[in-house]
Amino acid sequence: MNALPDWAAWLTALLLLLGAGITFIGSLGLVRLRKFYDRVHAPTLGTTLGTLNIVLASMIYFSITEARPVLHEILIAIFVTVTTPITLLLIVRAAVFRDQLGK
Amino acid sequence: MSATVLDWALVAAQVLLALAMVCAVFRLARGPRAQDRVIGLDTLYVNAMLLLLTFGIRTGSSLYFEAALAIALLGFVATVALAKFLMRGEVIE
Repeated sequence: MNALPDWAAWLTALLLLLGAGITFIGSLGLVRLRKFYDRVHAPTLGTTLGTLNIVLASMIYFSITEARPVLHEILIAIFVTVTTPITLLLIVRAAVFRDQLGK
Repeated sequence: MSATVLDWALVAAQVLLALAMVCAVFRLARGPRAQDRVIGLDTLYVNAMLLLLTFGIRTGSSLYFEAALAIALLGFVATVALAKFLMRGEVIE
């Protein structure tokens, strides 16, 4: 296991803080926004930018400490990016259906 | 110097992600309607997956990556099943 150079440590720290901060803002929007159709959009901050930043931080950290390209974290980013629109579409369709049913 | 920067960033990121999980749990417990609870659960598992990735960076082992991948896969299936249930009243027709 190699030692982490300064620039890699700073870069990893920056990406981690950025990703965690964006995810927290998205989850805070889930609490603060008023209507359901507003709230649906907030957590997607965490599933797109938040996941991308933290996965990038993990890739940089492991690539440098193990001195070989470690790219398997990209699987999580691809999978979350592909599945988030599908789940949101299904949930919002179900919500619209239930709202029409209630009227 | 650089190691302490990374340590503090890891602590701050984990605290932020834990607070994000608390927000999701609030919406899961409080949510006025069923679809709010499903959205809260969806957010909760994504945040837990990101927290596991930060644990992986902290311990330097790739074991946490596999747990995070399993959470991402199973959480997607769970949310789709719940949305289907809200739509139709049953999961498999």
